[in-house]
Amino acid sequence: MAMLKANDITVSYGERVAVSNISLELAPRRITAIIGPNGAGKSTMLRTLNGGMKPTAGEISLDGQSLVAYSRRAIAKRIAVVAQEADLRFPVTVFEFVLGGRYAWSAPGWGWETVRDVDATREVLRETQLDTLSDRLMNELSGGERQRAVLARALVTNAAVLLLDEPTANLDMAHQATILTLVRQRCDNRETSALVVTHDINLAAEFSDSVLLMKDGRGLAFGSPQEVLTPELLKEVFAVKVLVDAHPVSGAPRVTPVHEMLR
Amino acid sequence: MSTEEKSINAGHATLRKAFSVCGVLLVMLLVVLIAATLVGSQHLPLGPSLCALTGQTDCGLSSEQRAILFDIRLPRILLAGAVGICLATAGAGYQSLLRNPLAEPYLLGVSNGAAVGTMVALVFFGTHEWSRPVMAFAGALAATFVVYRLARGRAGATPERLILAGVIVTTFLSSGIVFITTLMDATRIRSFTFWLLGDLSGTTSSLLAVTFVAAGIGVVVLALNARSLNLMMLGERDAFDLGVEVGRVRITVFVAASLLVGASVASSGSVGYVGLVVPHLVRLSFGSDNRIVIPASALAGAAFVILADTVARTIITPRELPVGAITALIGAPLFVYLLKRR
Repeated sequence: MAMLKANDITVSYGERVAVSNISLELAPRRITAIIGPNGAGKSTMLRTLNGGMKPTAGEISLDGQSLVAYSRRAIAKRIAVVAQEADLRFPVTVFEFVLGGRYAWSAPGWGWETVRDVDATREVLRETQLDTLSDRLMNELSGGERQRAVLARALVTNAAVLLLDEPTANLDMAHQATILTLVRQRCDNRETSALVVTHDINLAAEFSDSVLLMKDGRGLAFGSPQEVLTPELLKEVFAVKVLVDAHPVSGAPRVTPVHEMLR
Repeated sequence: MSTEEKSINAGHATLRKAFSVCGVLLVMLLVVLIAATLVGSQHLPLGPSLCALTGQTDCGLSSEQRAILFDIRLPRILLAGAVGICLATAGAGYQSLLRNPLAEPYLLGVSNGAAVGTMVALVFFGTHEWSRPVMAFAGALAATFVVYRLARGRAGATPERLILAGVIVTTFLSSGIVFITTLMDATRIRSFTFWLLGDLSGTTSSLLAVTFVAAGIGVVVLALNARSLNLMMLGERDAFDLGVEVGRVRITVFVAASLLVGASVASSGSVGYVGLVVPHLVRLSFGSDNRIVIPASALAGAAFVILADTVARTIITPRELPVGAITALIGAPLFVYLLKRR
């Protein structure tokens, strides 16, 4: 069963075509990575999958039904987005912030949270190891902790599809691995599927089951990391010569750019 | 308290907190309200005044004292309360919606928009009292719309652009106000200058009723959107992703806030700083959850303007100052203090 499916979609901003004829299926327990240079249409793809942009051609379907048939709340119960950074101009605690992820589940209007909402929030805070920080203000946290809170807010929705837009940008090595390990666990334990837009090819190779390589709005290749992350394809997309070998521990493809200066 | 207990109780913690915060502020408001009725160029006795306020006729107040209490002081205090409710909640709404703690009806030029609307109504439809709040609402709505459009760059409305847009709209409308003023005769000009700074003395019972109805509608509508605003103040895109119908909430809050500002300006002119200081104090004391901030701002705003007006009419008795001068006098230093403390 495919949960979220893009069927030959094209997305344009006026005259400019940002995504061109791409098909994609996000299946349970699988992490898909989208890789490509800046301006390749990766983020547009992600926003379109969430209903934030309308495809000019083609269709997105969620659990077999067209995405346009769903209300905003109904989509938010099934698809959660992890953005790059939270915009914090008002002081909110970590608990309040994560609890905000339960919005779609609350009654319209006042929306006082139920015991279920609070329990779900506590559970996710434990899962993301933020339980000891729950009463702290978001802007007192370190970058890594804050990004974990952003992920926690997406996880607390219990959505079956996670869309992550460069979730590990600006994070150190340890925090990058923590974020993706949490995503991996969620996919394995809760029949969840995830789509990760990233610039970190090696992280994608390590954590994803399949990779979509994008350039100028087009899908150049789709398949397992081993199939897609080849020197030929990467040179075509990034115009940089790379070496690909196997990671000594995991065996996943390891990509090393070979810059002109070094040759 | 153990984590387990905390988890079970926290479900109703926000609701309980909202009730206790509002309870405390309501008591404070009542105390301020009663104190304000007694204080003035002529002081009224506590016991007999309280007795008269409960509706009894034989309380030992002279007929002159009764007239002061019921015909002069009480309408003015009630208007001050309504104006406080309107401006403070509108400020809280604008701040969350525009993701800018500095957004305020006066600063954004919305008060000036409502003032131009009111003045147009006075000059051109002077005989119809109803035209004032209606035109003020239209003016506030138009100013809100223009500020928002001016502030919206390619990447959405940034706080800096918003404040700049507010300055532009404010100065533009100020010249409009000056222009309309020149159309008036000299005797009216002085009372207008007074009204522009916020004047609570010239109300009528129908205008008071309109202000209270608008305050009620505005507060309820904003409060019903409080949870959506909680997410929108942390980013519109994130709010959209989490299920908020961003466009609908934005329009609803703009209209409700403009209604609040329009009603307040039509009845009392532009009282500044209320929408800035009150929500700030409320957030600092009780946190940023709009389900608490909005009702708490309504109550605290009412108390703040009643208090400011009491100072305005007693500090240089028998003469009076415009209440806007006092709110700015209290508001500006307090704001500086708040900024320093953050």
